[in-house]
Amino acid sequence: MTAKGIVELLIPARAEYLQLVRTVVGEAAAVDSSLDAERIADLRLAVSEAATNAIYAQAAAGVEDRIVVRCNLAAEQIEIEVNDRGAGFDPDEVRSLPAAESPKRLEHESGLGISLMRRLADETTIETSVDGTVVRLVVRFLATGDET
Amino acid sequence: MASGGSTRSVTWASTIVQHRGGGIHVHLEFHRISRNPWTVLVLRGDLDMAGAPRLRQEVAQLVAAGDARLVLDLAAVDFIDSTGLGAVIGALRRVRSHDGELVLVCPEPRLQRVFEMCDLDRVFELHGSVDAAVGASA
Repeated sequence: MTAKGIVELLIPARAEYLQLVRTVVGEAAAVDSSLDAERIADLRLAVSEAATNAIYAQAAAGVEDRIVVRCNLAAEQIEIEVNDRGAGFDPDEVRSLPAAESPKRLEHESGLGISLMRRLADETTIETSVDGTVVRLVVRFLATGDET
Repeated sequence: MASGGSTRSVTWASTIVQHRGGGIHVHLEFHRISRNPWTVLVLRGDLDMAGAPRLRQEVAQLVAAGDARLVLDLAAVDFIDSTGLGAVIGALRRVRSHDGELVLVCPEPRLQRVFEMCDLDRVFELHGSVDAAVGASA
């Protein structure tokens, strides 16, 4: 991956900073005009989900460190890392939700973030331990031959 | 455009931005409109982890005051994520617990898409306007 630029954002682990994260990531992604508005919106949503989980993780662990959001802009893709110092989790044990038609679905007001990230980004990797979690989200740019 | 960057040169230095508080606000506003027997709650801004608790608070106040037939107007919402959707589910549960109703106005395709990705378009009917929402539930 050939680096074109890196933007690093350190934010307090508080919800009111999420909009700042989305704005910075959206502007970084917009630098490459092969990403259309919908794809940039996908990335902003995926990053917001990752940063939200990071804020929850640090709150649960009582950690006040800043959350690090790093945008690695390359020729062929943008990669976003969201790094928290929470207590980690097992991504394989994230529960699946009841079907939308089930009355029990309405008993769940959370639990969609990771599945949304995996759906929105071209690649989603989660490295987690008791010392924290790093979520990497990759969105690839269109190659010339992909354009219509 | 080719992805090799030939048409647009970008030279970003590594940038570190640190916000130390002050000037960061929750970007969600509410406006209530009475439309007997409905109360329309108009949201403007971002419905995320920062805004979701405020939506829960608004709905709790309305329901406690006897206004359990609610229209949530999301036409001016710029952004919604899974936490915001969770607050909408919570609003539905709360009004139903008081024999009320909740209908949604959500004309923007970018927001509709988030509902669809979470299969919540099968839980909520997404109306294009307040008139359509109220008319469908009359």
